[in-house]
Amino acid sequence: MIEIKKLNKSYVIGKNSLHVLKGIDLKINEGELVAIMGSSGSGKSTLLNIIGILDNYESGSYTLDNVPIKNLNETKAAKYRNQFLGFVFQSFNLINYKTALENIALPLYYQGISRKKRQSIALEYLGKVGLTAWADHLPSELSGGQNQRIAIARALASQPKVLLADEPTGALDSQTSEEVMGLIKKINKEGKTILVVTHEHEIANMCNRIITLKDGIIMTDVKIK
Amino acid sequence: MIFNKDSWKEIFDTIKKNKLRTFLSGFTVAMGIFIFIILFGFGNGLQNSFAKFFTDDQINTIRIYPSSTSLPYRGYASNRRIEFTNQDLIEIKENFKLEVEDIVVRNTRFNQIKYKEKSNNYQVRAVSPGHKEAEVTIIMKGRYLNEGDMTKKKKHIVIGRLVEQDLFDGKKAIGEYIFGNGHSWRVVGVFQDEGGDREERTLYVPYTTLQEIEKKNDKIEQMIVVYNSNMTYDQSVILENKLEHYIKEKKFISPDDNRGIYISNTGEEIENSQNFASVLQMIVSFIGIGTLIAGIIGISNIMVFVVKERTKELGIRKAIGATPKSIITMILQESIFITTISGYAGLILAMIVLKLIGNNLEEKYFISNPYIDTGNALMATLILIFFGALAGYLPARKAAKIKPIIALRDK
Repeated sequence: MIEIKKLNKSYVIGKNSLHVLKGIDLKINEGELVAIMGSSGSGKSTLLNIIGILDNYESGSYTLDNVPIKNLNETKAAKYRNQFLGFVFQSFNLINYKTALENIALPLYYQGISRKKRQSIALEYLGKVGLTAWADHLPSELSGGQNQRIAIARALASQPKVLLADEPTGALDSQTSEEVMGLIKKINKEGKTILVVTHEHEIANMCNRIITLKDGIIMTDVKIK
Repeated sequence: MIFNKDSWKEIFDTIKKNKLRTFLSGFTVAMGIFIFIILFGFGNGLQNSFAKFFTDDQINTIRIYPSSTSLPYRGYASNRRIEFTNQDLIEIKENFKLEVEDIVVRNTRFNQIKYKEKSNNYQVRAVSPGHKEAEVTIIMKGRYLNEGDMTKKKKHIVIGRLVEQDLFDGKKAIGEYIFGNGHSWRVVGVFQDEGGDREERTLYVPYTTLQEIEKKNDKIEQMIVVYNSNMTYDQSVILENKLEHYIKEKKFISPDDNRGIYISNTGEEIENSQNFASVLQMIVSFIGIGTLIAGIIGISNIMVFVVKERTKELGIRKAIGATPKSIITMILQESIFITTISGYAGLILAMIVLKLIGNNLEEKYFISNPYIDTGNALMATLILIFFGALAGYLPARKAAKIKPIIALRDK
């Protein structure tokens, strides 16, 4: 599903260039639930952004579902993001003036799906995360855990190939974290490929593969039975 | 995209759920248009009042007054009194018949006028019938003096509105006899005049009658030459010079004498007043454009602020699949929609206010009948909408270029 070869990425800050990813090789198959670990500055978020086509890279190659992803213009990148990827962020990133249902329906709007169909698909995914009763609530009226579940439903609604979660439990307490991870595992069992960036071992241990990054290099790549 | 029903629905949703933001940008536009139209309308009202001051007397006249010479000439000593006679009038008329429509006579006296027990002092003008047009006298009742009054030397009199008020106390004046200058005069008409109270406290009698009762003289004090109305100002100046030359020659006045006769062209006043009016127009336009620029700056500020405030939202939209084009279109559609609606509201409101003001400000502030023509008003609204859209487009384009990771950064 995801194939990365000799991927290099550096940030230029003034006259200095910071080499963040130093030749990453990575292959993730369909249906895997992978945790990417590492301390801050290890390059894990950068890797996730590149995989998510939110950021570009200098050298190497990246193919997503057999589509080469390199030097895309903004319009193309937007199209692929919408088609291939679902995002879950630490701070949920829901649109605060839209209700739970409208937030979930938004990616479908950009796919050009009709309003009626959007409604019904959004309602279906709202049911999947168990929040049907909260359809008309604004994000500010919901708890952190509920918001994250809405965000997950939004990410899934466009039926992406890969779900990318950047510290999905970073803003949640341990019990809620467990619930959210439970939901992610459930979605994975249904066949979705999922990448989770985290720095918490308990979260990482709930996945079936843990990749540890340090200083822009993959240190360990362990499969958990 | 622009005619897509679904994208409009998305925009209405956004507008409905961001009432303060919508109100702020809408209010700025409405206010800008409102102030522009009110100011522009007031400017036009000022011009209206100004125009009124100068339309009292007919415009295409040259007035000629005799006076005393100040230079000796052809055997005549200086300080000689010049007088016009009926013969002069006939000769001038004959000589300038191509350029001149009429030469009106006006001899002015001050008399005590009596009606029953009431009496008062008034200006009495002994005139020819053409005086009515030259002075723009408006007949309210009865009639003005006519040629018959002139030839038959009738003791007929036309009285001003205020004279009627003073002497007749609202009773019928036409047909009554009033007494003045040792004679009885029959009132044949009552007039009004936009020139003010002084003009309306005047009486008109036939100049021939006055000449008759003043020991049968044939003197004329003032000649008002009415020239063809299709003559330009420059042509009227040429006529003025020709008249001056002709009369000076006829009356043996040195061509170098600044006195002897006075001659004044009302066309000149009109020329001056038109110059003043165009200065006024410039000031009004300047104020209008200034207000419009202030409005444009206002709406630009709001738009920049709105897009800034929405950076994160736009980042989210991009992350879940919005293309840069769809972001720009969304912001543009929204801003054009809001500015159009509120611009139109401001326009209508201002037009209503101008209509309500009407002539209420005329006496104190010299603003009469303020108005703006619809073309100008619509143009201003369109300009504001255009710049509102432009002001939205620039930050929207910038926002659409922002990488979603930067917009979504938690810090």
